[in-house]
Amino acid sequence: MKLRARNLLGIESLTPEEIKLILDTAVPFKEIFTRSVKKVPTLRGKTVVNLFYEPSTRTRTSFELAEKRLSADVLNISVNTSSIVKGESLIDTAKTIEAMKADFVVIRHSMAGAPHLLAQTIKASIINAGDGMHEHPTQALLDLFTIQDKKGKIENQNVVIVGDILHSRVARSNIWALTKMGAKVTVVGPVTLIPPHIENLKVKVSYKLDDVLPNADVIYVLRVQRERQKQHLFPSLREYSELYGVDMDRLKKCKKDVIVMHPGPMNRGIEISSEVADSSFSVITAQVTNGIAVRMAVLYLLAGGAENVGVNPVKPPI
Amino acid sequence: MRILIKGGRVIDPANRIDAPKDIYIEEGLIKKVGADIKINKPKVKTIDARGKVVTPGLIDMHTHLREPGREDEETIASGTRAACQGGFTSVCCMPNTQPVTDNQAQIELILSKAQKEGWVNVYPIGAITKGLMGEELSPIGELKRAGVVGISDDGETVNNSLIMRRALEYSKMFKLPVIAHCEDKNLSAEGLINEGYVSTILGLRGIPRQAEEIIVARDIQLAEMTGGHLHLAHVSTAGSVGMIRRAKRINLKITAETAPHYFTLTEEAVKTYNTNTKMNPPLRTKKDMMAIKHGLQDGTIDCIASDHAPHLEDEKNQEYELAPFGIIGLETMLPLIITELVDKKILTLREAVKKLTVHPARILGLNKGTLSPGADADITIIDVKASRKIESFESQSKNSPFIGYTLKGFAVYTIVGGRIRLAEGKLVTG
Repeated sequence: MKLRARNLLGIESLTPEEIKLILDTAVPFKEIFTRSVKKVPTLRGKTVVNLFYEPSTRTRTSFELAEKRLSADVLNISVNTSSIVKGESLIDTAKTIEAMKADFVVIRHSMAGAPHLLAQTIKASIINAGDGMHEHPTQALLDLFTIQDKKGKIENQNVVIVGDILHSRVARSNIWALTKMGAKVTVVGPVTLIPPHIENLKVKVSYKLDDVLPNADVIYVLRVQRERQKQHLFPSLREYSELYGVDMDRLKKCKKDVIVMHPGPMNRGIEISSEVADSSFSVITAQVTNGIAVRMAVLYLLAGGAENVGVNPVKPPI
Repeated sequence: MRILIKGGRVIDPANRIDAPKDIYIEEGLIKKVGADIKINKPKVKTIDARGKVVTPGLIDMHTHLREPGREDEETIASGTRAACQGGFTSVCCMPNTQPVTDNQAQIELILSKAQKEGWVNVYPIGAITKGLMGEELSPIGELKRAGVVGISDDGETVNNSLIMRRALEYSKMFKLPVIAHCEDKNLSAEGLINEGYVSTILGLRGIPRQAEEIIVARDIQLAEMTGGHLHLAHVSTAGSVGMIRRAKRINLKITAETAPHYFTLTEEAVKTYNTNTKMNPPLRTKKDMMAIKHGLQDGTIDCIASDHAPHLEDEKNQEYELAPFGIIGLETMLPLIITELVDKKILTLREAVKKLTVHPARILGLNKGTLSPGADADITIIDVKASRKIESFESQSKNSPFIGYTLKGFAVYTIVGGRIRLAEGKLVTG
């Protein structure tokens, strides 16, 4: 089986079978990390450009590691050190990359739809590493992988996503991904941070975290940005934290085997307490590790999978 | 020049005519409308209009010609070429140029340029407030003397209700409509598309319908208070249509227009992030589209106007958020009306012609929009059966969401003041 599209622009357009394919493919890639030589020749001779218009530690380094472990040639372009600061348009930057014959472009951009514009302009495979408030597909895939890994299955898991749903691409991609794979999703947050018609995505909406916690198998905590307060979306971070912060008192009301996830970076003491973040319930560091394996799987599959880069993707280098 | 238009179906709503007739034009005026006219004079140009529809010259009361200031996007020459190609004999240009059309000198500049380079009649709209800043009234009397046919801060809303009240009061003395762009900018909060399911899944900031409706409601109240003539520009929501309908029922002096994209497209069109679906007000929902159509049917919406808003390809070919609002419309308006409204029996051809001729003429106080003998010979001849794929434009800009659409009903002749400027569907140069 193969992915139908040559780009990964979002989870919305993936089928459950494609999602499963990516998750299954990530398993052997994760196994590589336990070897002493953490590298396979799968993408040898391929060039990947990481084009980051937004600051990012986790996602960029995760992609870079995934690419390097697949033996691709990696080029990082970030906003502060490129022609973008000289006012070059996205289209022109894209054409420059095209001329350099890149095979993949991984793009992070603050504006929704930027990866789509890129995909319409150049021939390379485009991977969306987060576009504005739209989608962050590899984040959702690594989250699914982590749930699968920790809970044994995704289907019928009660997943509570808490926080700023309105501005969150992570929430959107996770909602698509989780509902496609049969999980039951509840989004929780202040009314002002719940986007209109979100229930059309087959999720339940709640404004009271304490009501939904007892049933949760997974608590997915989103980062809340300080600037939202200035946009009159909630009166103070203190009040936000009281209503929606995940701390030990709240965790005590949950199932014993509940897991807590966070896409990072965290605001400790605001949406999540340090105690919870560092507890045995937290799988936050596992998310980071799994991210590399999932991104390797995505790159491998977009490169054509077995058809173009060989049947055994995890064969060690000679 | 003498012109005899033979055998067309003449639709002249102002004179309640819808019948096969001939029209004779001499010295820029309509001389005669009747059956089987014979002229025994030399040098009569005869146009065979059999199988075609002959209407008063179409009027677009909402156009952005961009000159002065953004001649890279459009000029008076190129914008009026586009109008002529689209079958329009008159356009009203909005004042959000650079500098803003808020004084006599600006109006004179536009009129003199239009006189020299224009393909069709140009009627400027003056600014309500100086610099469109919403703070001080423009010299409305001076603007009227210079030739404006209405006032508008289009693109901006007069936020201060007192200033809007004064504008509606003061403009009464000059019989000028106040054309309102209705948008509560605090509520639209730098939104990009309609707020709803589509904005949620695309992650684009939403503009709620209420941003429009709150100002429509306010301006209707102010129109009732002042007795001024309020004309609501580019109506896009079901709620606005409902309020206008109720206001008209109590005989307030309120008129309204919509643009073709509001009865042809919905927010669904945004899903590919095509920046030619970005306009203000934004594309709404199917329910709104149905309400707009209903409003057109029952006369709540008096006119259809293009809101022709040219932008460069480079400006549109970037991230959705960065692309400017607006699409061109002069060359697609008539075929969209025929394809989407007339052929689909939303409006009769006669009703559609009204909304493009006599209605805008009455709203603006223009001595246009009819084929009465003695009137200026502004005439459009339409081939309602001609079908064509939208590919190229006379407009200097190409920002249309309708590229690639096959539409029906195109202008074949545009006659402006007795001069044939479009013949057999082609612009007549020289």
